[in-house]
Amino acid sequence: MSINATLIGQMITFALLVWFTMKYVWPPLMQAMEERKKRIAEGLAAAEKGKQEMEMAEKRAKTLLKEAKNQAAEIVTLAQKRANEVVDESKQAAKVEGERLVAVAKSEIDQQVQQAKETLQKQVSTLAVAAAEQILAAEVDEARHKAMLADISQQLG
Amino acid sequence: MATESHGSTGYIVHHLTPLSTGEGFWTFHLDTLFFSLFLGLVFLSLFRRAAEKATAGVPSGIQNFAELLVEFVDNQVKDSFHGRNPLIAPLALTIFCWIWLMNFMDLMPVDLLPAMGSAIGLTYLRVVPSTDLNATFGMSLTVFALIIFYNLKVKGVYHFGKELLFHPFDSVFLVPFNILLNLVEYIAKPVSLALRLFGNMYAGELIFILIALLPCYVQPFLSFPWAVFHILIITLQAFIFMVLTIVYLSMAHEEH
Repeated sequence: MSINATLIGQMITFALLVWFTMKYVWPPLMQAMEERKKRIAEGLAAAEKGKQEMEMAEKRAKTLLKEAKNQAAEIVTLAQKRANEVVDESKQAAKVEGERLVAVAKSEIDQQVQQAKETLQKQVSTLAVAAAEQILAAEVDEARHKAMLADISQQLG
Repeated sequence: MATESHGSTGYIVHHLTPLSTGEGFWTFHLDTLFFSLFLGLVFLSLFRRAAEKATAGVPSGIQNFAELLVEFVDNQVKDSFHGRNPLIAPLALTIFCWIWLMNFMDLMPVDLLPAMGSAIGLTYLRVVPSTDLNATFGMSLTVFALIIFYNLKVKGVYHFGKELLFHPFDSVFLVPFNILLNLVEYIAKPVSLALRLFGNMYAGELIFILIALLPCYVQPFLSFPWAVFHILIITLQAFIFMVLTIVYLSMAHEEH
């Protein structure tokens, strides 16, 4: 229970322990902790920034999507309109074409009818002439009708 | 265990007698010196290993443990010490860990190490260094020396002297009274530091020894609760010593 030279030994030991701790233990640990603190702070800041950027990107994506939707709707409307137009146009064209075809057919028919009429006229006149010739051949006496014929040919000439 | 009065006294005295060499003042308590140095080296090697491998990345187990204590001590220092001094925090860490380890020897079974010691021929062995006044005063006087040193360094001889003479009563007639007050105040610091730690540990160890004197079927029911309680005591004493050291050194840095 007495104070003696052990005290000096203890003081020296204590001083050495403190010196060593101060020199070789405290600074590296403190530095590591500070550095980690900094890193964590940076990480948190980066996360915050990333979050903000993501939010912005989301917003932009939403706007883009909306625009795209609008555009698509517009395009669909236009296409429908165009399709209707095309259908109308083709209907019109078909109508016109049909009318044209009908007209062509009609005129052909008219032509053929004309032709047939002409042919028939020709044939009728030929038949009439032939019949007249036969009648004439039987009835006409060259001598009797010579003056009459000459008169006709004179009139024709 | 010895049951008769003389035997138990002998047992207690034996346990509280240090292994010493030398005469008079030049007596060395070898057990105190050895165990405190050994525990100091345990502390240093543990923390040095953590410091060597210290990374700013994910800390390993030992680094985690060391950082826990470092941060704890650092917070204590930041709370009470407002100056800038690279010595204070490492000093506080050393005090806390070293005292804790020395106190921890209290939780060793009281007969284990002395019995091992006697097996290799050591007649006496007192295993708890903080039950030695030399150990506690060794620390508190070193702290006291630091208090005086920083008082002189920060305030200068003139201001420090003035503070001793004219504080707390700023009157020429009260100078002797002031000196007396300040002397008591300054001397009380190391004495209270050392005696508080010593008293707690000595009493705790004594109770462990007394429990060890009881019949063996009673011992666990007493020594276990006392040991559990003592875990609190050893930590608390280490903490108090550390915090008071920080406070005293903080006072040394501040002008009145």
